[in-house]
Amino acid sequence: MKPVPLTEQAVWHLLEDVPDPEVPVLSVLDLGVVRAVKLPAEGQVEVTITPTYTGCPAMDTIAADIRSKLLSEGATQVDIRMQLTPPWTTDWLSDAGKRKLEAYGIAPPVESSGDVNALFGEVVVVHCPQCKSRNTVLVSQFGSTACKALYKCNDCLEPFDYFKCLKPPVRRNFAPGT
Amino acid sequence: MEQPTLTAHPPQEHPAELRTPLFHYVLHLADTHLVLAHRLSELCGHGPVLEQDMAMTNIALDLLGTARNLFQYAAELEGKGRTEDDLAYLRGVTEYRNPLLVERPNGDFAHTVVRQFLFDAWHVPLLERLRDSGDHRLSAIATQSLKEAHYHIQWSGEWMIRLGDSTEEARRRTEDALKECWSYWGELFTMSSEEKALHAAGLMPDNASLRADASAHVERVFTEATLPIPPDGYWHKGGKEGRHTEHLGYLLAELQYLQRTYPGQQW
Repeated sequence: MKPVPLTEQAVWHLLEDVPDPEVPVLSVLDLGVVRAVKLPAEGQVEVTITPTYTGCPAMDTIAADIRSKLLSEGATQVDIRMQLTPPWTTDWLSDAGKRKLEAYGIAPPVESSGDVNALFGEVVVVHCPQCKSRNTVLVSQFGSTACKALYKCNDCLEPFDYFKCLKPPVRRNFAPGT
Repeated sequence: MEQPTLTAHPPQEHPAELRTPLFHYVLHLADTHLVLAHRLSELCGHGPVLEQDMAMTNIALDLLGTARNLFQYAAELEGKGRTEDDLAYLRGVTEYRNPLLVERPNGDFAHTVVRQFLFDAWHVPLLERLRDSGDHRLSAIATQSLKEAHYHIQWSGEWMIRLGDSTEEARRRTEDALKECWSYWGELFTMSSEEKALHAAGLMPDNASLRADASAHVERVFTEATLPIPPDGYWHKGGKEGRHTEHLGYLLAELQYLQRTYPGQQW
């Protein structure tokens, strides 16, 4: 039987089954890294992705995983393109993705509380994904992967990962000509 | 390993006389990121505590990612068929264009922190202004890296305060490190004649103009850290022109060993 030709919609659907290799509870769609899908000719698929963290080794794995998934589902040629602009931010994480993160034990990114540390900017309150306490403390801004910080809950005493909020910093104005 | 390239960014036409200067500038930025990334990666498994080991290697990874973006772009600008790997692994020490600061050895933890702090104080304002570069690719790379650099500058600033306003030993080591590293800071704010041409064309900021922001950051953090700001004096220079300290040769020997010994090896 001749396989059904891939459609753009079918490709998006297939991408739901490609997990983030470092946080496998998220698909690449939950993560928000897939920018575009094109089918320039029958069997040919072009997928454009945006990196999360510049040096994240998962990006190479994600590209390889997308390719093998699509090749195994009837694509004959897969091109993965990387696009830097507009840059990925944690706003691109889907709401479903944020819920999956918390259920998995990783605190999802939160907006700043409005508290400002004079020297280093805004302070965030991260909820413990286990007991939901707000009484948590930052252990290190750098965790087990580029996208995570390490926190500890002062109530249930469990250490946990926090998916860092990553956004373009506020633009400062510079005098023209500098 | 599959490596997606930045093919979604079409090449931009620049006037012929700017192509070589732009190639050199992008290479200088790439080398700067790679050499510091390598220095920090040397600490993998050797950090003073696990969390800081991970912090330094995370910063190394961010810088390495930026270096890759820049090397890929440099290879395209050169257009002679060299790849990002050729540029990183197969150029000799006099062809490297990083400023001398980033090749300083790790020394003790205070040295590592002071070197990082001085680098970050320059790096963040540089990326902020490169976002507005007339070169779309440099602007995109800077915009992407700036988000991460904000975590770096926070880390190094917090450690300066913790070490400076601390025990007698921590303070002495931090002052020693400052004494050694400070005279390498000035090179970051110099402009070559090629860079002046790029600045005039709106492709890069005037490095000298970054100093005010960098100094303001130093002043804020040093006040908190109760550290005196060293006076400007003699600046060590030459890295951007390929005249390096002896340390870079040893670094490259380790970095390039595998490709030099087994050419063309891949993961």
